[in-house]
Amino acid sequence: MSAYILRRILSTIPVVLFVMIFVFSLLYLAPGDPAAILAGDQATQEDIEAIRNQLGLDRSFPVRFVEWAGGVLRGDFGTSIFTREPVTGMILQRVEPTVSLMVVTLAIALVIAIPMGVAAAWKRGSLLDRAIMLFAVLGFSVPVFVVGYVLAWTLALKLGWLPVQGYQPIAEGILPWLRSLILPAATLSGVYIALIARITRATMLEILQQDYIRTARAKGAAGHTVLYVHALRNALVPIVTVVGLGVALMISGAVVIETVFALPGLGRLTVESILRRDYPVIQAIILIFSFVYVIINLLIDLSYTLIDPRIRY
Amino acid sequence: MALLEVRDLQIHFRTATGVNRAVDGLSFDIEAGEALAVVGESGCGKSVTSMSILGLLPTPPGKIAGQIRFRGQNLLNASESRMRKLRGAEIGMIFQEPMTSLNPVFTIGQQIGESVRLHEKASRAEARDRAIEMLRLVGIPSPERRVDEYPHQLSGGMRQRAMIAIALACNPALLVADEPTTALDVTIQAQILDLMQDLRSKVGSAVMLITHDLGVVAEFAERVLVMYAGRKVEEATVRDLFRTPRHPYTQGLLKAVPRLGSSLGAETSVRLAEIPGRVPDLSKPLRGCAFADRCPRAQEVCHRIDPALETKAAGHLAACHFAPREVSAA
Amino acid sequence: MTAQPPDPDAQFAAAPERPQILAPPPQRSRGMAMLIEHPTLWIGLALLVLVTLMAILAPLIAPHDPAALNPAFRVKPPSAEAWFGTDMLGRDIFSRTVYGARVSLIVGAGVAVCASIFGLAIGVLSGFLRWADNIVMRVMDGLMSIPAILLAIALMTLMRGGSVFNVILAITIAEIPRVARLTRSVVLSVREQPYVEAGTACGTSTLGIIWRHIMPNTLAPLTVQATYICASAMITEAILSFIGAGMPSSVPSWGNIMAEGRALWQVKPSIVFFPAIFLSVTVLAVNLLGDGLRDAVDPRLAKQV
Repeated sequence: MSAYILRRILSTIPVVLFVMIFVFSLLYLAPGDPAAILAGDQATQEDIEAIRNQLGLDRSFPVRFVEWAGGVLRGDFGTSIFTREPVTGMILQRVEPTVSLMVVTLAIALVIAIPMGVAAAWKRGSLLDRAIMLFAVLGFSVPVFVVGYVLAWTLALKLGWLPVQGYQPIAEGILPWLRSLILPAATLSGVYIALIARITRATMLEILQQDYIRTARAKGAAGHTVLYVHALRNALVPIVTVVGLGVALMISGAVVIETVFALPGLGRLTVESILRRDYPVIQAIILIFSFVYVIINLLIDLSYTLIDPRIRY
Repeated sequence: MALLEVRDLQIHFRTATGVNRAVDGLSFDIEAGEALAVVGESGCGKSVTSMSILGLLPTPPGKIAGQIRFRGQNLLNASESRMRKLRGAEIGMIFQEPMTSLNPVFTIGQQIGESVRLHEKASRAEARDRAIEMLRLVGIPSPERRVDEYPHQLSGGMRQRAMIAIALACNPALLVADEPTTALDVTIQAQILDLMQDLRSKVGSAVMLITHDLGVVAEFAERVLVMYAGRKVEEATVRDLFRTPRHPYTQGLLKAVPRLGSSLGAETSVRLAEIPGRVPDLSKPLRGCAFADRCPRAQEVCHRIDPALETKAAGHLAACHFAPREVSAA
Repeated sequence: MTAQPPDPDAQFAAAPERPQILAPPPQRSRGMAMLIEHPTLWIGLALLVLVTLMAILAPLIAPHDPAALNPAFRVKPPSAEAWFGTDMLGRDIFSRTVYGARVSLIVGAGVAVCASIFGLAIGVLSGFLRWADNIVMRVMDGLMSIPAILLAIALMTLMRGGSVFNVILAITIAEIPRVARLTRSVVLSVREQPYVEAGTACGTSTLGIIWRHIMPNTLAPLTVQATYICASAMITEAILSFIGAGMPSSVPSWGNIMAEGRALWQVKPSIVFFPAIFLSVTVLAVNLLGDGLRDAVDPRLAKQV
């Protein structure tokens, strides 16, 4: 068991290493000379050389990579070439809205998608099933910012039920915080709902054919018990797997949604940094999101033993 | 009034190409405490019949007509909540596949206990105690330990014992056992049959045993019903059926059974007879006797007129124009 | 008196009638059956043909030059003159939207084709070469662990300055791992088949095996995969352009039109609205086509997606 956990953790090392090399190359190959940018317009050639030497930019790729990687592992992502502040500080300021957005999105997605998938599987081929499947295709097809604008236009701008844009920190109270997140999270959950509902339906369809479902019904268990206790418990492994993979969709969506709803999170910072060509920040964000994604999926892999007693390592 | 009375049961399924008449006009009774065996090849409608008694058939695509009366009440009109109260409590069921019929993510104790908790308002602890008691009753060693194990930790025979424990946990008046021994090793088969026989005398349940194995029938049942192509072709006591089978299909089935000791007779080598031909396609309309195409005694009339079930001897029904009739029976 | 001939059947008792309780299923013609069985395939295909026609015939359909500036006619609501209104530079949004179909379709198709070809090659390679497999698959895992949009953003910032080619390249790289994994899994399972092993034993060359056994087995799932990649590429392109990391703003892509409407969406939602509808319908068409193909080609695939 613990040997498996160790092996699984070790197996993420090449992936993490690849991501780090990739992201570092991004900065290394990025157009423009950071030393010149940092030195400013009035700098002489000597000033630039001095800064380059000071930053260690004149050394070789491997040396710089090791130094940079060491910094990253200590939580130091370098200096922004736009604001000249430490990147770590800039990112920390932006973490809360993004984490909040993702947590609320995940909650909405799970609460809606799983009953949808279960209902669709249960009433297979019915009008309800078709409607749910149509919703899923739409979820995959309508880009997230389009959903965002439609919801913001109708629910916030025209009906005035929710704030149009902006973010309320959780320190200001749970309710304002939640109100500021409902629209963006509902928007972002669209694709996620489609993804989870589909896998739930597909898995449940297979499981409802199983003999043990017949046994449960023959015992006199009620329909909802059969569905949500006997069947869904068995469907959890694929569902949880897809939830983990869907985090990538959520991260991608956050980049766009934070722009649409003016949430001061990491996604918004990404877009700002692209426009400013602030490579160290872009680099750090990609790295952090990828790490989070890899770790979430690692944890999900390890959770299988808790979900299914047959899985033992 | 018998415990279970089935009258003119029809179970039809709509398929892509037509309507499959899986069960077509079946009638039979089961008395309280009686063991009835239902015999036939796979696809003859016996499993579908058993599922319909518990109301477990999906409709649509299926459609059921006729009557299934349990203690005089027609189950085909019963509400879903009424059926839920019957299932597991008054009618228990054991399935063919012990390997897959238990839910892999719950412990054996939870699965036996669920039945008890559903029907008897028992607490978690009481249900667990009952589960242990049931496991002991069905002969599982160290039940206190097994009760917390998952199905994958049990052997096939043990799982079937656990299934029996689930089915009998609430002392049902009727136990429907659909091929309970087919998927098991021969030695385990005998143990499970002995166990069922033993429990039947203890609990007093009537049993409807569905099987394709006439050896099992001889050992277990009192009365036999032979099904072919969704119809009843013969019904008699086990003794009469084995001694004087009247329908050619039953005769064919009996010839196909290897019998211990039969080589002691005149023949030195015993060949297992098999019934030539195949079961008819039930989604095509049938004319005349369903068995006519495979019957060694078929005449022209058999392809035209569907034979009625007739009493050929006391307590012995058969649906064949040419089955011998006992004169004294009339 | 004429003697009534005795009924010869009278001695045979007939069973009672067995009534029909279910009407037989309706008989349908083949074409109807195809349409009814795979409606999504045909709806998707029809929509896609419409959008493609619009893209090809853009110069005939669009009433104005999509790049023509008209400073006197800025940010106008939809009218008879400009059906979808005009943007901040006075450009006709309807004309730009019609031309936008070209960008979306080229990017979608381009990425689908490129990712399929490269992914196929990489998948076959790592399926056949044990030593390459480990390295290639670790790289693919690494690429897949970076969310697609971020990967595309990173590549776009590296290439500095968007062009249709750069956008296709960036999205292709992000999509290749999916195809490579699919192909590799098909190769590995096909290689184990007895008939392929027999072929190897009889001296069929590796290329022969790839051509005769691997390709036919890969084609169906790959086609389905390619349509999904096409749909996701069109969305990715729109997102990239929308956040300013995609096409140069002079290109009338749907993402760009929406990016231009971003600042004004609360007052002039029509700038965002029209390209959004076209984008959504086009992606929907491709997704429906993909679902239809998947169901038609192999119903078992439905469970995997």
